[in-house]
Amino acid sequence: MFAAGFHRYSGYRAATAAGAFTNTVFGVLKASVYLGAISSAGGAIAGYDAQTSVTYAWLTQALIAPINVFARTELAQRVRTGDIAIDLARPADLQLSWLASDLGRAAYVILPRGLPPLLAGWLITGLSLPSQPLPYLLGSISVVLAVAVSAATQFLVSLTAFWLIEVRGLITLYTAFSGLLCGHLVPVAWFPDWLRLIAALTPFPSMLQVPIDVLLGRLQGPDALGALGVQMLWLGTMLVAGRLVLFRGTSRLVVQGG
Amino acid sequence: MPIWQAYRALIGSRARAQASYRTSFIFDVAGSTALGLVEFGEVYVIFHNVPVLGGLDLNAAVLVFALANLAFSIADIACGQLDEIPTHLRAGTLDAVLLRPLPALAQLAAGDVSMRRLGRGAFALVILVVALSRADIEWTPARSALLAVTPPAGAAIFAALFVAAGAAQFWLIDAQEVTSAFTYGSGYAGSFSAAVLPLPVRVLFTFVIPATFTAYLPTIALLGLPGPVALPAWLGWCAPVAAVLIWAAALLGWRAGLRRYTGAGG
Repeated sequence: MFAAGFHRYSGYRAATAAGAFTNTVFGVLKASVYLGAISSAGGAIAGYDAQTSVTYAWLTQALIAPINVFARTELAQRVRTGDIAIDLARPADLQLSWLASDLGRAAYVILPRGLPPLLAGWLITGLSLPSQPLPYLLGSISVVLAVAVSAATQFLVSLTAFWLIEVRGLITLYTAFSGLLCGHLVPVAWFPDWLRLIAALTPFPSMLQVPIDVLLGRLQGPDALGALGVQMLWLGTMLVAGRLVLFRGTSRLVVQGG
Repeated sequence: MPIWQAYRALIGSRARAQASYRTSFIFDVAGSTALGLVEFGEVYVIFHNVPVLGGLDLNAAVLVFALANLAFSIADIACGQLDEIPTHLRAGTLDAVLLRPLPALAQLAAGDVSMRRLGRGAFALVILVVALSRADIEWTPARSALLAVTPPAGAAIFAALFVAAGAAQFWLIDAQEVTSAFTYGSGYAGSFSAAVLPLPVRVLFTFVIPATFTAYLPTIALLGLPGPVALPAWLGWCAPVAAVLIWAAALLGWRAGLRRYTGAGG
């Protein structure tokens, strides 16, 4: 399933290039807004100086495609149309094959969607990345965990289609709130306390804020390991929750037609 | 049957159809409102940390956000579905549209008007009212007129960008997302002070893609603020001109795109 996910997305080269272009343009805009804010704040906001904050902007643009910040509706559509019955009849576990195929997709898109924004960032503003190897090693693990947390959470949201049938609105709601709370729009560290608390009670920071803070070297040593632990905890929680919902959903599933 | 009745019937049928699935319509409207809400959240979070961004204080920045969001959501209701043109091109369903005796563009726009996006428009309108009540504007008849003209002119500009993006699909096919950089990118760039943008980007999003005419430039004209380098404040009065020019370019592109279209089936 991992390889199938990888190969499937490798077929859409033009679409991948187009996405990378758009991510890069948004990177320019976001870096500009962050720089404006940092200069107005007199040099730093919540520990992010000008260089770290633009690097944050470029890293978010590099990671939103692998991590699927804009949620996929594919699985929910399959529940709606009844194609899910075919998936359930397969000898592979639905949840694990969804996870594996999404990790395969992410493995393919991470370089073609991730490198152009980073390259543009390096050329336009410069990047502030750590010089030791350890943050990259921990950061890579954190990115894989982030993709898995995101896939497991979206699996859970998509399966509400067993009850709601049409989930486009719910997925838009999910995309909106996850976009803010994962740190895609602004770093979570810039949030006022009450909003940061809300974010901390959700899996969303584990999808973007955590891997970026590890890659930036903002979280090091025990802090970085602790952050990876939080990601694993959310992954476990979302997988268990997804399993329960899948069980409840399939036990009431009626596929129309004959 | 007069032409306008045909469009009224078409739009009315779409609106009724979308509202008839009550639960999913409610979720759709909530989702659309949430998109506006979290974008406002971004402005709110930034101003939680700083008093001024790109020469605008919180009240002025919220005014820019509200004008841009209101204009964008109106354009999105009317023309956002032009994003689906690649699907029509691949499926060959554009042929059916071309056979009918109405302009293809008007049919595509009216045929899938998205009432769910009203949520975001309503949210932007509320924020606009709050922003106007708090903004420090010396009202004159000319400024009142400017305020009245700005949302429709801004909506026309964003709508023209959707049309131009739709036209580009006839060439791009698979690379549809390129145009999001200019449609959604303009929505994003337009909702902040243009003074934060580096000079080339500022010029691009003003004189090539007129995003700053939708909110930022009218706002500095309303508040009597000076513009940043390359953007004199009097440009704030020129949004309708920018709208006419970008529509002319978009329609030329659309005609060229339709001429290029050769159908997808055999």
